Amino acid sequence: MTQPQGTLRIIHGRLVDARGDSGSPQTLLVRDGRIEAVGADAEQGPADRVLDASGCVVTPGFFDLHCNLREPGNGQKGNIASETLAAAHGGFTTVCASPETSPVNDSSAVTHVILDVAASRSPIRVLPVGAVTRGLAGDLLSDMAGLKKAGCVALGNGARPVANARVLRRCMAYARTYDIPLMMTPINEALAADGYAHDGLVASRLGLLGIPEVAETTALMELLLLAEETGVRLHLAQLSSARSVAMVADAQARGVAVTADVAMHQLLFTEAALAGFDSRFHVRPPLRTEADRQALLAGLRDGVIGAIVSQHQPHDSAAKQAPLGATEPGLSTIESVLPLGLRLVADGQLTLSQLVAALSHGPAAVVGEQALLAPGQTADLCVFDPRAPWQASDHALRSAGKHAPVRDQVLMGAVRYTLREGQVVWQAVD
Amino acid sequence: MIPNDPFPSLQLTAAGQLKHFLTLDGLDRALLTDILDTADSFIEVGERRIKKVPLLRGRTVVNLFFESSTRTRSTFELAAKRLSADVLNLDISTSATSKGESLSDTLLNLEAMASDMFVVRHSQSGAPHFIAESVTPGVAIINAGDGRHAHPTQAMLDMLTIRQHKGGFEGLKVAIVGDILHSRVARSQIRALNTLGAEEVRVIAPGTLLPTDVEALGCRVEYDMAAGMKDLDVVIMLRLQKERMEGALLPSEREFYRLYGLSQDKLALANPECIVMHPGPINRGVEIESAVADGPQSVILNQVTNGIAVRMAVMSMAMSGQVAERGQNQAAGEQA
Repeated sequence: MTQPQGTLRIIHGRLVDARGDSGSPQTLLVRDGRIEAVGADAEQGPADRVLDASGCVVTPGFFDLHCNLREPGNGQKGNIASETLAAAHGGFTTVCASPETSPVNDSSAVTHVILDVAASRSPIRVLPVGAVTRGLAGDLLSDMAGLKKAGCVALGNGARPVANARVLRRCMAYARTYDIPLMMTPINEALAADGYAHDGLVASRLGLLGIPEVAETTALMELLLLAEETGVRLHLAQLSSARSVAMVADAQARGVAVTADVAMHQLLFTEAALAGFDSRFHVRPPLRTEADRQALLAGLRDGVIGAIVSQHQPHDSAAKQAPLGATEPGLSTIESVLPLGLRLVADGQLTLSQLVAALSHGPAAVVGEQALLAPGQTADLCVFDPRAPWQASDHALRSAGKHAPVRDQVLMGAVRYTLREGQVVWQAVD
Repeated sequence: MIPNDPFPSLQLTAAGQLKHFLTLDGLDRALLTDILDTADSFIEVGERRIKKVPLLRGRTVVNLFFESSTRTRSTFELAAKRLSADVLNLDISTSATSKGESLSDTLLNLEAMASDMFVVRHSQSGAPHFIAESVTPGVAIINAGDGRHAHPTQAMLDMLTIRQHKGGFEGLKVAIVGDILHSRVARSQIRALNTLGAEEVRVIAPGTLLPTDVEALGCRVEYDMAAGMKDLDVVIMLRLQKERMEGALLPSEREFYRLYGLSQDKLALANPECIVMHPGPINRGVEIESAVADGPQSVILNQVTNGIAVRMAVMSMAMSGQVAERGQNQAAGEQA
């Protein structure tokens, strides 16, 4: 993408990033795709363009560590063009593309395909995550150094575990050699088996096949101990239980280089969402109890969990039109992340600055970047109106997946502009 | 947290009438009693020379069995025929879905046949809910057993049997013994017994055959069968599937029978008037001793007779609920 030259002054916006909240309207000056000045310094001199952000919040563009773009291989569920446009609509300027494509992103050739398509079709930045094992099968190492060279910012195994502890230990030792971060989902497949709901009260009542909390925590314990021993940079993807938060906090206190994220829907919903067999809420890891939800929120506030992800999984309607247990897991979330997050702010669960941190600077730090409203930073920005109503109707959603978590209610918070390197890549039409 | 849409309304009309019969969750004591009373009135039909009433005359009932079952299907078929309906039996387990057709596509094809009622059995929990949400308004869905979730007609026929023998549910102590974890029958029975006011529901099983937090369903757990039999008025034995040994849930049939099989010795620990029930088919010598199954306290055969009456009751009630709702919608349309 060519960098726009010249200056852009964004005026009357409330500036919020991981360091704080301006509260009152401020000015932000962008020059040649970078933030030049903030506050009083930004008000000096002429500007080529002016963007009025009255009534809006200006934040760093959102950064998603876990997004499924479905390309290559799953065109009926979405593609890079449709899903990155949806991401821009949601205020995201960077998405990490999950290696769960077909073919799996376990070679530099697939990484190049993703980057080439993104370069021509994506309005935002796409950072591929490579597969840590070949075909995500969990038994042979992928060409990790080659994947890194091709542009993968991290490696992971998708939603699947590396079940063999010896292979896992070697994955970590090898990744450590080349300083590649690993993004792993803690899941013990033998305990999760065919489950599709939290093994608790709702599953027992409805006769759903359960995934017990220990399916996450036993795998997590193994990951933490092996990461501590090998010294790899470990990022834990999509925690779902209170016990997991406590275990990660404990490891961090011991000095283990471990970070963690949580999917936005885990912060708003519990197992109760399945009470009417609603297949949209068939997600992995499953939605657990209210106590788990509260612990995940506390983990975010305490900094144990540094990032909120969309875990966006677009599907064709047939994938969700079946009895619950026969459906495919995942929600189409990326356009709902901001309004759902603002709901948490309205409920007093998070401050606006905490929400923005978890959607920008926190996830960026996992791959060694920053996302702040500070001079010198790339001008990847999101401008949203926190009081504008928004509803996830088929018409409103740009994603090919229409199974958003909240469809029947009007939510508050709509993205007005998304800017990538100072250039508007999404603009709301009123 | 954002609450979901309330879902019990799926099977009730705005006036609280049954229009589908999917689960006993969300149905109150008055409605369950109404089902039992209606079933009672149909028992007499089975004793007539001409065993038919015209309640579903001109209606088409489709038995949609995605899981094969001879017994349940034939009682539904008999029930529909005694209500004068036309009946179509579709054994989907051996046709469409094995050719890769999705459930949604199968339903679209069946709706083209202008059916009025689907009786659904499916291996997936919640499949009848899914069908009830996707079919054209006016078509009633009756759950004939879905996954591990519910088997509401079986539970209601068991309640009818209990009421016939005990007169009611007040003060009753009932135990359900065996594989609760995989049992849709047990889940529906526990719900029915709680709603109808039984004094105590016990589940008796080893930990591997109990769902997580089973007490929250409305029962007390007893691992020791001898203790669990004490003061019992009704004991319900569940069928044990052979696969449970392979799934490492149980060591052997022999050990299970020794610990949880209903022998004459164990039955002697209950109240002398305790009745013995079993939803069938029975595994003699695995969960129940032959002498008990055929003994004076066994009411297993009554259960089969009551099955037809209960199914007639829910089919006729759901159909009239659909008709009433259609009438209300039409009236509302004319007003507007």
